[in-house]
Amino acid sequence: MFANFDFDVIRRSLGYLFLDGMAFTLTLTGLSALGGIIFGTLIALMRLSGFKVLGRIAGLYVDFMRSLPLVLVIFWFYFLVPYVGQWLTGASRPISVGAFTSALVTFIMFEAAYFSEIMRAGIQSISKGQPAAANALGMTYAQTMRYVVLPQAFRNMLPVLLTQTIVLFQDTSLVYVLSMPDFLGAASKVAQRDGRLVEMYLFAAVVYFTISCAASFGVRRLQARISIVR
Amino acid sequence: MNYNWNWSIFFEPAPGGTGTYFHMLLTGLWLTIQTGIFAWIIALIFGSIVGVLRTLPSKTAYWIGFAWVEFFRNMPLLVQLFLWFFVLPELLPRSWGLWLKQMPNAPFYTAAIGIGLFMSARVAVQLGAGIASLPRGQKQAATALGLTTLQGYRYVLLPIAFRIIMPPLTSEFLNTIKNTAVAITIGLIELTGQARSMQEFSFQVFEAFTAATVMYLLINIIVVTGMRFLERSLAIPGYITGK
Repeated sequence: MFANFDFDVIRRSLGYLFLDGMAFTLTLTGLSALGGIIFGTLIALMRLSGFKVLGRIAGLYVDFMRSLPLVLVIFWFYFLVPYVGQWLTGASRPISVGAFTSALVTFIMFEAAYFSEIMRAGIQSISKGQPAAANALGMTYAQTMRYVVLPQAFRNMLPVLLTQTIVLFQDTSLVYVLSMPDFLGAASKVAQRDGRLVEMYLFAAVVYFTISCAASFGVRRLQARISIVR
Repeated sequence: MNYNWNWSIFFEPAPGGTGTYFHMLLTGLWLTIQTGIFAWIIALIFGSIVGVLRTLPSKTAYWIGFAWVEFFRNMPLLVQLFLWFFVLPELLPRSWGLWLKQMPNAPFYTAAIGIGLFMSARVAVQLGAGIASLPRGQKQAATALGLTTLQGYRYVLLPIAFRIIMPPLTSEFLNTIKNTAVAITIGLIELTGQARSMQEFSFQVFEAFTAATVMYLLINIIVVTGMRFLERSLAIPGYITGK
């Protein structure tokens, strides 16, 4: 069945696929997860702040982002970010941002909606006595969050946050629609250049599968360890 | 922002001679809905079978369910669509592959089946959890009444499990509809695709994307309202999800 296929094309392009493509994918995943978790935590804090208006804005943002397909959001930001940049910097023309920056902004803004729901559940899972005790000790709101609530919430939600990061890792393949050189984009470029679609796409599938499987196995192990401690 | 807004663009004729730009977007919306529903039916059928397999006492059944879920969950949807669209026809015997490639509407069927199978893994996990959440007595009572395993699932376990997982199933249905946008990569011109081509023809980027965004929001509102209604009308009074 595989007689007509040339699997050597994979070996020949390994350097490009991993050193360029996978590096792009992993950098994008890592930075987006970091930014998404920070921004998502802020949104969660807004929703739980008790200020009606703030909570409402945060809730609308989350619902809005979660009702849109990621592909559409990627297109939105790709065209919107230059105008926003112009507005922020006061430049006379829409500024050109690199493809990477545009993708990074997209994923941070989009994933923040999903991360915020996880962090909200995490913060709500902390018993009321904890912030009350922090208050009694004379801690301010910021100190309570920084030293008491968030570290525990973060720790409790770590497996879920990591699982969401695996989803994010898979979702970054969608930057393909902007022809960016992520792992899938790189594989697809080689595939089209050499006319080797079958080999390259099969290889890409195997790589994504292996990494995601290994990562979710790791998360499961971590979850088992954490749940024993609690 | 020095961008030339032109909201009347929607009423201008689109290239291609099929009507206005608004009409073009509506065509995309309809295709999104069709693909989404078709994919959802496939996801429900396979997801139910696999979800049940995961809860059966048989080790083999459990492993089949486990393998199915891991296979479809650990690859990006985009890669899966490429596998069905570009790779599968080459791996089949020549005549079958040719038939597949020449099939009219190939992107539509590939998208519906590919997204359906991708989502089936998620439905299976939800259903498995729903069945596992039922008190053990339910299954034992079914056995005590002399129901076979199949009958037990059909008449006792599944009707309750499906009612319990209605809320997560609603969001999985919405995910299915949203995921159809990924199919623009295999040439399905659904709502996002039409918005993109409108942007390319007319240069009115933000109008096109705003319209698509509003349409996706409308789909969400309609589905959420509809499912809430369905949930209420299916609720069993006095039972877990009923009042």
